[in-house]
Amino acid sequence: MKALRLLTAGLAGLIFTAAAHAAGGAEHPHPPEGGWPFEGPTGQFDQASLQRGYQVYHQVCSSCHSMKLMSYRNLGEPGGPFYDPAYPNPNDNPFVKALAAENEILSPTPNDIGEFDYRPATPADTFRSPYPNVEAARAANGGAAPPDLSVITKARHGGASYVFHLLSGYPHDDAFVKREVDGETANYLDMSKVGGHGGEHSEGFLKINPGQYYNPYMAGDTTPNYEGDPRHAPKGGFLAMPPQLLEGRVEYTDGTEATVEQMAYDVAQFLAWAGEPKQEHRKSLGLAVMAYLLILAVLLWFSYKQIWRKIEH
Amino acid sequence: MSGHESSYTPTNAFTRWLDTRLPIIRFAQDTAINFPTPKNLNYWWTFGGILAVCLATQIITGVILAMHYEASVDGAFASVERIMRDVPYGWLLRYIHANGASMFFLAVYIHMFRGLYYGSYKAPREVLWILGCVIYLLMMATAFLGYMLPWGQMSYHGSNVITGLFGAIPLIGESIQTWLMGGPSIGNQTLQRFFSLHYLLPFMIAAVVILHVWALHVPGNNNPTGVEVQDVEKETVPFHPYYTVKDAFAIVIFLLMFAVFVFYAPNVLGHADNYVEANPLVTPSHIVPEWYLLPFYAILRAITFDLGPIPAKLLGVIFMFAAIAVLFLLPWLDTSKVKSMRYRPVAKQFFFGFVVVCLLLGWCGAANPDDAVIPALQGDPKLVVSYTENAVEVTSEYKGGGEAYHDAKSFMETLPAGSNPSLSAVPAPTFQFRHLSLILTFCYFGYFVILFFIGLTEKPKEVPESIHKSVLKRHKASTATAIPAE
Repeated sequence: MKALRLLTAGLAGLIFTAAAHAAGGAEHPHPPEGGWPFEGPTGQFDQASLQRGYQVYHQVCSSCHSMKLMSYRNLGEPGGPFYDPAYPNPNDNPFVKALAAENEILSPTPNDIGEFDYRPATPADTFRSPYPNVEAARAANGGAAPPDLSVITKARHGGASYVFHLLSGYPHDDAFVKREVDGETANYLDMSKVGGHGGEHSEGFLKINPGQYYNPYMAGDTTPNYEGDPRHAPKGGFLAMPPQLLEGRVEYTDGTEATVEQMAYDVAQFLAWAGEPKQEHRKSLGLAVMAYLLILAVLLWFSYKQIWRKIEH
Repeated sequence: MSGHESSYTPTNAFTRWLDTRLPIIRFAQDTAINFPTPKNLNYWWTFGGILAVCLATQIITGVILAMHYEASVDGAFASVERIMRDVPYGWLLRYIHANGASMFFLAVYIHMFRGLYYGSYKAPREVLWILGCVIYLLMMATAFLGYMLPWGQMSYHGSNVITGLFGAIPLIGESIQTWLMGGPSIGNQTLQRFFSLHYLLPFMIAAVVILHVWALHVPGNNNPTGVEVQDVEKETVPFHPYYTVKDAFAIVIFLLMFAVFVFYAPNVLGHADNYVEANPLVTPSHIVPEWYLLPFYAILRAITFDLGPIPAKLLGVIFMFAAIAVLFLLPWLDTSKVKSMRYRPVAKQFFFGFVVVCLLLGWCGAANPDDAVIPALQGDPKLVVSYTENAVEVTSEYKGGGEAYHDAKSFMETLPAGSNPSLSAVPAPTFQFRHLSLILTFCYFGYFVILFFIGLTEKPKEVPESIHKSVLKRHKASTATAIPAE
């Protein structure tokens, strides 16, 4: 079975090549403790976590980040956070209707006299965007438009783990100091007070420019801002988003304690679902397809042996 | 063999009537059912069938995807995601199509290496080989065009790099580039023409595949011994059912692997940046093509020096295209009369070396050219203080651990005001991917040169008289070794 050996080698080669696309100098986002429930060939989303995640998105993220590829009806589709088997058509699901109606949107279609009015959203509408266009988003956020979150877990190395660590990985308040350098007072991060994630610690001070926030999981380069040995500049980079998930920022309707990690975990899981709402279906169909192909392969193997039995080759 | 006599006899009035007007049933019977095929083909020969399945899969899924795709810069990205979300089983179609491209290339590379190993490009199969190279070239063009369609960051910036290659051609390059892009830069018009061509080229591939199969059926299959069929009766079996069943088994095994990617790792062969909508103003930090083009990308980037009047960029483009063009010349570059590497002990070693070179080139293509090939062997970076002294830029270097930093710092403090000192870390010189790429590029071309000379000097092993004898010998050998075990 030389061909099989070759296939395995080819497969290994492919995976090896894919792994070679390495990310820049940021901390590697490992999955959170206990892993993600949706990982692996049989992984499923935790529906309660998805619901909490939607709440975090709705109450926190959605004030700056759009999710243009999502509609409210998606929330009630099979596998979605608010799927109810009693309503196979999510547009009929009263809970989804109520969730949609919480958002006032500018109607995408004109009314009877040709004007566009504001109205509560319906399940058929796409998620409300916080800004009418990218220019407005940029202007309101110091020049950096907040990225759309629809497929963010597929658009970043590390996926949901990246989102989780980025949101919960900002340095603690105690690590910041005000220093006067060359007659100017500026904010600095004392790297010796920042807890490292294994490996070597950085020491020295990292200058924080106004409107910028340091995060070890953000891809970037900290050397220009680092006062210390440039060979040991901290991993990570700067972004324009301040830490959002502060303890108790949302009050979970299911009574779960809203710690920073809990909120980051829930919203990351919600975004992983939103990035590909059909992934549970994909995996379950995959199992059936693999089983079918495997049986077919066995049958063909015996057919082959049978047909060739009298041929010396 | 085209020479084989047609064994078809029409059985009823209609087929007799049709046979004298359009002998299409006779044609199908002679080419796909009764076609005499050497009985000693191994599993490497199943990849032709696998490739036919790949092409059909790509065309069928592609035609359906095109029904839902919107070729416009404003709508392309969202329409691809709409396929993933709202089109029934759209996610399946798209993942099959995207991973299908990778599987297609995986199969075509194995198919080509098989041809290289068993000398399938040699007389009387030169045209067959060249048609295969044409298909390969069309496949690369199709894959590149298709990669642009999702309109992600890699789509956009990758297309920019590739269309820019044509700009490197002297005198007419810029005009060609503008003509390809349909304007001064990549925009809506580029996306629309790429979509149109991406739909056209697969049908051109299908047409060349027909020629490829035709050219195969004139001399018949090569086989692992490289010895031509002498006795059709003894040495061949009809294609059906013998090879249809063997190919079907191999195809299903291939589909199993394909399914692992589609269902469990659909994005592992892609790049995360392509899920970010194209933005001309933001360039990704690291632009890489899909894995199957990486070896050529490595050759393109390996050339970083000017050669006389030829600038480095143009030279890279020339080498990259030459890497493909050399395949077309292969039938005449290999001078050996012996086809199969089984009987070419020296050339065989170089063949395996060539395979490794191609894989390593792929590795180089994926890496950053400035990175160390073996980071463990790279020394510590040194610290460099640069400052101005009497209006002249001066640098001062410090090597070592923490104390070097303190030395550099205290040195900076001693400098007079106005000398604008700055401290930076400079990586230690090491063996970088750019160096490895250059060496491998020469190895790549070297293989074809070596093949020319080995053919003239190599003393091949004894080639079996016939396929039949080689099979008998193998069977005797296996029964002989089997006896002591009993």
